[in-house]
Amino acid sequence: MAGQPATVRLSPAQEAVRRALEGNRFNVGQLWFQLLLLGSLLVVFVVLITLLLDVLQLGLPVLLERGVDFLTAGTSSNADIAGIGQGIFGSLLIIMFVAMLAFPIGIGAAIYLEEYAYDTRLTRFLNASVRNLAGVPAIVYGLLGLAVFVIFLGPLTGGRSVIAGGLTMGVLVLPIVVITTAESLRAVPQSIREAGYGVGATKWQVIRSHVLPYAAPGILTGSILTIARAIGETAPLILAGGVLGGFATRPGTGAVETLQGPYTALPLIIFNWSRQPSDTFREIAAAAIIALLVFILLLNATAIYLRNRFERRW
Amino acid sequence: MIGAGNAPGPMDLRGSVARRRREAIIRGLFMAAAGTSILISLLIIASLVGEAWSFLSRVDLSTLVSDGWFPRRGRYDLATLISGTLVISAIGMVVAAPLGLAAAIYLSEYASPRRRRFFKPILETLAGVPSVVLGFYALAVLAPTIIQPLCGNNSLFSMGAAGLGVGILITPLVASVAEDAMHAVPLSLREASYGLGARQRSTSLRVVVPAAVSGIVAALILGLSRAIGETMIVAIVAGAVGGSQFTINPCYPGQTMTAAMTALATGSDQVRGDALAFPSLFFVGLVLFLVTLTLNVVSERFVRRYRRAI
Repeated sequence: MAGQPATVRLSPAQEAVRRALEGNRFNVGQLWFQLLLLGSLLVVFVVLITLLLDVLQLGLPVLLERGVDFLTAGTSSNADIAGIGQGIFGSLLIIMFVAMLAFPIGIGAAIYLEEYAYDTRLTRFLNASVRNLAGVPAIVYGLLGLAVFVIFLGPLTGGRSVIAGGLTMGVLVLPIVVITTAESLRAVPQSIREAGYGVGATKWQVIRSHVLPYAAPGILTGSILTIARAIGETAPLILAGGVLGGFATRPGTGAVETLQGPYTALPLIIFNWSRQPSDTFREIAAAAIIALLVFILLLNATAIYLRNRFERRW
Repeated sequence: MIGAGNAPGPMDLRGSVARRRREAIIRGLFMAAAGTSILISLLIIASLVGEAWSFLSRVDLSTLVSDGWFPRRGRYDLATLISGTLVISAIGMVVAAPLGLAAAIYLSEYASPRRRRFFKPILETLAGVPSVVLGFYALAVLAPTIIQPLCGNNSLFSMGAAGLGVGILITPLVASVAEDAMHAVPLSLREASYGLGARQRSTSLRVVVPAAVSGIVAALILGLSRAIGETMIVAIVAGAVGGSQFTINPCYPGQTMTAAMTALATGSDQVRGDALAFPSLFFVGLVLFLVTLTLNVVSERFVRRYRRAI
C-alpha cells in the first residue's frame, strides 16, 4: 500500500544505532522544522474552528428562537420575520436540474472518453476541453447563463427563472462530473473488461454489467460532492438571474409557472444578508450559513463514508 | 478430425445485425454527451466575445484609462480592476503558498497515519466550505481582528481582508495538489537519501521537494488561477460596490474583475444603467476567462511534466 513512506518507526535495534551515531543530542533543528509544518496545519484548524464558532455564536440563538419558522418563512426586508424557505426551495430545484441534466450527460461523456474513445486528436481535444471547462471561474458560467439561458433562450426559460439558474448550474458542474466519473472508471481493472469480452459480451454489455457496477461507489461519491459544490455556488446565480432582494411566492401556481418564475437560493440569501449593515441581518445570515453548512457537511460526510465503505483495492 | 475440404467458411463473429446496431446507437449517444463539452466551450467563447466586441466597438476608448472603474458613469478604467485583482490574489498567495506547502510536506513526509486521519478531513472540510461563507467569515472575523488593527482605519471593507479570505479559500487546494505531487515521488529516492545519511528534513526539502517541483509549481499556479477567479469573498469584503477609485493600498476598498461583474449584476437586481454597462460585463468576463485559461494551461503543462518524469 502506498502509505506513509517517510515516517520511520525505529525498532529498538535501530534506535540503538541512531544513538550510537547521533549521541543523545536532541536534534533541535529537526524539531523546529517539524513544529513549523505542524503549526501551519494548526492555523488551518484554528481558522475552521473560529469560523464554526463565530457562525454558531451568531446564528444559533436565531435558529433556536425562531425554529421552523426561520426555515420556512419567505425573504423579507424585516430581519425579524425573514426566513430561508424560498432559498431552500430554490436550492433544491437547482439540485434537481443538476441531477437530471449534469449527471446523465456527464457520466455519459466520461463513459465515452474512458471506454469508447481511441487516442485520437479529437479525443485529446475533448479531454482538453473538459479540463479547461473545469478551470473556468464560476462567474464566467454566470455570464454564459445570462447570455444564453436568460436572454437568448428567454422565451423558453422565462428569463430570470429557476430554469435559467438550474441550467447554468448544470453546465457549471458538468466538467466536474465528467472528471470524477472518468477517474472511477479508470480505477476498474482492465481484466474485468477482458473477462466480459472473453465470454462474448458486447462493449455496452461489459460496461453496463461489469464496469459501471464496480465504478458505481466512486461515481456516487463524486456525485454527492458535486451536489455539495452546487449548493454553495453563488456567483453564477447572481448573474443568471437569482433574486437577491425579496419576492413574493404566490401560492397555488402550477409547476411550469414556478419553474419559469423568479427564484433565489440559500447562498444568494446569505450573500444578500451579510452585506446588510445591521447586526440583526448579520445574525440571520449566520443562521442561514448554519443551515447551508449542515447540508454541505452532511453531504461531505456521506461521501467520505461511502468512499471508505466501498473503497476497493485491486 | 475436420478435413480441410469440408471446413465451414469464415465464421461471422460480429453477432447479429440488431445487436450491432444497438451498440452503434449507444456509442453515438455517449459520443454526443462527450460533445457537449465542446458545445459549452463554444457557447462560452461566443457569448463572451460577442458582447465584448460590441462593448469595444462602441466605447470611447479614452474611458478605458481613467481614474477608476465606474461603469454606471461611463468610466471603465481596466487598470483599477486588474490592480485590485492582483493585490488581492497576491495577498491570497502570500497566505496560501506557505500554509499549503507546509501542510503538504507535513502530510506527505511527516504525519503518522493517525495524524493524517485527523488533519486530512480538516483540509477537506475547509475545501468544502462555500466561498460565500468564507466571505462572511472574512467580514465578521478576519477584518476586525487582523486587518483593522494592522491598518488602523475604521472601515471593515478592505482588499486586505478579501485577500486573507481568498488565501484561506485556496490553501486546501494548494495543499492537496502539492501533496499529490510529493506522494508520487518514488520511495527509492527517499531511501537513497537516508542511505547517504541525510535526515528527514534534508530528505524532504532537498530530495522530495525538488523531485516534485513541477507538481508544486502547478499547485501554486492553480491556486493563483482560483484566486483570480474568486468572486464571493471579494464581493462581500472588498467593499467598493458601485465602483472604485484606482488604488493598490490593501487597507482600502478595491474592486476586482469578478467583483465588478457581481456589482453590475446586483446594483438594481438587473443589469441596467449606462447602455454600455451590460456589454462591459462581458468584456471584463472575457479578460478574466483568458487570464485563468492561460494559467490553467500552464499549470497543466507542469503537471504533465512531473507525471512523465516519474
